[in-house]
Amino acid sequence: MSDHATDDTVPEVDESRRKFLVAATVGTGAVGAVLTAVPFLSSWSPSESARAAGLPTEVDLSKIEAGQMATFFWRKQPIYVVKRTPEMVASLKSHDADLKDPKSDASDQPAYAKNEDRSLKPDVLVLIGTCTHLGCLPKTRFTPGDATVTANWPGGFFCPCHGSKFDLAGRVFQGSPASVNLRVPPYSFKGDNTLVIGADAAAEKGAA
Amino acid sequence: MGAASETKGGGFRAWLNKRMPVDQFMADQLTGYYAPKNFNIWYFFGSLALLVFVMQIVTGIFITMHYKPGEATAFNSVEYLMREVPYGWLLRTLHSTGASAFFIVVYLHMARALLYGSYKAPRELLWVIGMLIYFALMAEAFMGYVLPWGNMSFWGAQVIINIFNTIPGIGPDLVEWIRGDYAVADSTLNRFFSLHVIAMPFLLALLILLHLVALRQVGSNNPDGIEIKENLGPDGKPVDGIPFHPYYTLKDVVGVGVFLTLFAVVVFFAPTFGGLFLEKPNFEPANPMSTPEHIAPTWYFTPYYAILRAIPDQRLGALAFALSVLAFVFLPWLDRAKNKSIRYRGLASKALLGMFFIVFLVLMWLGLQPAEPVYVLMARICIPLYFAFFILLPFVSKADGNGPVPSRVTYHAH
Repeated sequence: MSDHATDDTVPEVDESRRKFLVAATVGTGAVGAVLTAVPFLSSWSPSESARAAGLPTEVDLSKIEAGQMATFFWRKQPIYVVKRTPEMVASLKSHDADLKDPKSDASDQPAYAKNEDRSLKPDVLVLIGTCTHLGCLPKTRFTPGDATVTANWPGGFFCPCHGSKFDLAGRVFQGSPASVNLRVPPYSFKGDNTLVIGADAAAEKGAA
Repeated sequence: MGAASETKGGGFRAWLNKRMPVDQFMADQLTGYYAPKNFNIWYFFGSLALLVFVMQIVTGIFITMHYKPGEATAFNSVEYLMREVPYGWLLRTLHSTGASAFFIVVYLHMARALLYGSYKAPRELLWVIGMLIYFALMAEAFMGYVLPWGNMSFWGAQVIINIFNTIPGIGPDLVEWIRGDYAVADSTLNRFFSLHVIAMPFLLALLILLHLVALRQVGSNNPDGIEIKENLGPDGKPVDGIPFHPYYTLKDVVGVGVFLTLFAVVVFFAPTFGGLFLEKPNFEPANPMSTPEHIAPTWYFTPYYAILRAIPDQRLGALAFALSVLAFVFLPWLDRAKNKSIRYRGLASKALLGMFFIVFLVLMWLGLQPAEPVYVLMARICIPLYFAFFILLPFVSKADGNGPVPSRVTYHAH
């Protein structure tokens, strides 16, 4: 490639050329290392089967009594479905001042559930049943005035792990370690009694 | 390579030393390594930590032969190990008790460093490597606790992983990436198994090696906080130092004997230690439908956990939690005293450190209690005191840590 020096004198080292070669080698190696890390890190993302199991799921609501809750699974997360009575829905209006996020502005829900009762139909509440604080399952405390939760309890959910309190629309009360309301998953209805969890409804209500 | 080691001994030993510097290594690291002669009981815990590490590796290798990761098999394989494998109950209990013993020993080891200023120059890097070992140990213990897939394993994993949710912007995606699913699931368990039995033990072994290399460079501190290398005898050896072997190796054997006796008492008579070492909800299988009534991590995490849950804002809580763990790293630079040891510091320094020890223990107890208002209130009182230690240390240490120190270590011949 290059001429060999034929005499005994050592040819002078071209420092700038050497620096460039070192920088180019290190740079190329670093880019290669980063690109090689991609498949390793990507392998931690949810697998194809985990994603497939996260497809929309249909559940039958006909057996839930008014005022009762049933728990279903979607994406391995518990989904709370509450058949709210008219009294339960009416109770939501009474305590906006005690809530951290009464209008759900900072909370996570589809646009069609960003309304006063956080639902498509006021009589059916659908929530992801994991506390927005650190993921425990809030327990049902639907009886108004339940003194084991707090004085003047309007009815709602209580998380036993760290004491977060939510109302019957999953909105978080002041003084809870949780900062935002319980999440609402995307959902829609097929007929009156079939709930499709994971499939968005057309924005038919309250999408303002 | 000195000529001495090549000519020492004959036959096989000479052959060996010509090819691998065994005698030279022993001379450098053990018989020729001088440690201060005034070590007290606080100086047992470094070697004990190493012992527990080796015990965890050995018991871990054997219980892994029976354990089957996976959400369908994990819990039953642990029950199988406990009930049907000959002495499986013993192997498992040695490993679970070893986890708590590791933290007891490490906390005492760290308390020693706080008492005698062992983190101060020239041992800052030694301290930082030690803190990295502590962090790696926390990760290792957390992932190990998930493996039996009991209900506390599941919900503990759920709560701890969800702490990352509070990181702005990337939180939710990061949490999904850590779990490998939309909830804590099979994928989470399997990756924790891999990390627990392969990655973290390798990392720990590497960090422990670096810790020892750094220790050999700067030498041990001592209860008087005086540098023995600054007072050499005519033979060039520290006048207040004695060879690590045989003096401290023999002393450590006594410590090992006492430690193993206490350890065996727990293993045979109180393996769950009243629910502290193995929590009661973990004897039922993981149930994604049912959160245990009262979630508490194992005792060695509870001081930080008490801080996390007492702050009524999610993001601030997670931040304070992270800071309370990381603050220790900065001690070498927060402590501005001339003297190292608490023996030669004023009353204010002693009171400040004493307060910190008490607050740490109170928070540890509070983190084990249910999330009831009285305990949350107590934690809210302790949190400012906890951080006050780190904030006041630069001023207090500067003001009263500069008195005269003796030129020789305090030593009474036995």
